[in-house]
Amino acid sequence: MEDGNVKFICMDSDEIERALTRMAHQILEANHGAADIALVGIVTRGDLLAMKLAERIEAIEGVSVPHGKLDISFYRDDFATHFAPEVHSTDIPFDIDGMTIVLVDDVLYTGRTIRAALDALMDNGRPASVQLAVLVDRGHRELPIRADYVGKNVPSSSDENVRLFLEEVDGFSAVEILEMASGQRAGAAPMTNGGE
Amino acid sequence: MTFNHKHLIDITQYSADDIMLLLETAKKFKQVNERRVKKVPTLKGFTVVNMFNEPSTRTRSSFEIAEKRLSADSLNFGGSSTSTVKGESLVDTVETLCSYKIDLIVVRDKHAGVPRKIADVSGVSVIDAGDGKHQHPTQALLDLYSIWERKGSFDNLKVAVVGDIGHSRVCGSLIPALKIMGCEVTVVAPPTLLPARPDILGADHVSSNLDEVLPEMDVVYMLRIQRERLEGAPYPSLREYNMLYGLTKKRDALMKPDACVCHPGPINRGVELDSFMADHPGRSIILDQVYAGVLVRMAALYLLLGGSNDGFDA
Repeated sequence: MEDGNVKFICMDSDEIERALTRMAHQILEANHGAADIALVGIVTRGDLLAMKLAERIEAIEGVSVPHGKLDISFYRDDFATHFAPEVHSTDIPFDIDGMTIVLVDDVLYTGRTIRAALDALMDNGRPASVQLAVLVDRGHRELPIRADYVGKNVPSSSDENVRLFLEEVDGFSAVEILEMASGQRAGAAPMTNGGE
Repeated sequence: MTFNHKHLIDITQYSADDIMLLLETAKKFKQVNERRVKKVPTLKGFTVVNMFNEPSTRTRSSFEIAEKRLSADSLNFGGSSTSTVKGESLVDTVETLCSYKIDLIVVRDKHAGVPRKIADVSGVSVIDAGDGKHQHPTQALLDLYSIWERKGSFDNLKVAVVGDIGHSRVCGSLIPALKIMGCEVTVVAPPTLLPARPDILGADHVSSNLDEVLPEMDVVYMLRIQRERLEGAPYPSLREYNMLYGLTKKRDALMKPDACVCHPGPINRGVELDSFMADHPGRSIILDQVYAGVLVRMAALYLLLGGSNDGFDA
């Protein structure tokens, strides 16, 4: 998918770092510590955010929490109407049974990605509970899903795209609002590779 | 990259990139197959017809497992239980099936060209599960997957395909597929089991001396002696075939230390392959091939049915 023109930079690198630190504190506060917590990020940006959150939790609490990544290609609800999405790897190197799983994604939009991720997660085991952490909530929900931890609420129009760029894969970190070219499909999940 | 094929009938229509995408996708399905819940909802609502007009164990069962693990509905159909024995033509049968609003037909037939004909008249996706002596593309893909998994890449690989080349539809897809991936292919067979024009499959070398070829090879692919297709005795006896072209325990010493052995199954033990080699833990990847059959068939169904492919063809 071609990127549109950048309309607005709504988070820069420092703001992303600060938001993640706050979210790490909130996760620890809500769960009374780090016991039985594990972070599972949705590829291809949520997995990096999950790793960053795990590092912060370890720095704050002094205990390491397991983290993994989840690919939702096989669980999407638009398979019949779009090309088969490129498949990424799922890698959850621990038993999720009985754990408190914090699902991590970059941008929360329609909620369809999270619906798919919940199904994918349940097919990997039976967590005690699942919470949701997103760096950006841009609104426009189509399903009854809300996040427990939010980096920033970014009101957006449905003809805009909200994308997270991360130093590790993009060379710089920012959350940008992009104007979509006509004919582009608005969506919170990628049809090919890449973020949005 | 996108995958612009509606059918999997002729492997020569696929590029190296297409094949790598299939293999990479198959690898992702391995993760699904190793979970406790070995099923994903991806093809919920799709209907697949398995039309097997010729006997098959592993191809048919692995297609069925692949379909079930992708949540497709499947209909098994074919052989003596169908209206073809009452004289219904192939086209009428296919048109009848298509009236049920199906999405894909997997077809095995003793006549070459049947999958293409079905693709032309049905309008739905078609996977060739073996047609006559022509092609068997999903077999070639599972072979490539197993070789890729064992060897890590196809670069500079020397592969020998040994045995009944002339009667083999496995070869019809495997040899072109190995060439597409850049392997150097040597065909080894008694002259009576070579097709009239061995070059037609694109092999780099043709030999009738297994002992000469073996020391160079990274992969040795043994074909099944197809007793049911043999008439006119192309070799004096099975024992002689085993001595000259069988992968025997004695020939183990001629092979590279890291060379591996493939076989499409079912094995004629003691004919083309001795038990020592078929069960050799360091060399045989035959059971990996069987497992790969489910993985590549899941990948093929996933990629062929993904999205509206109107305007594209195999």
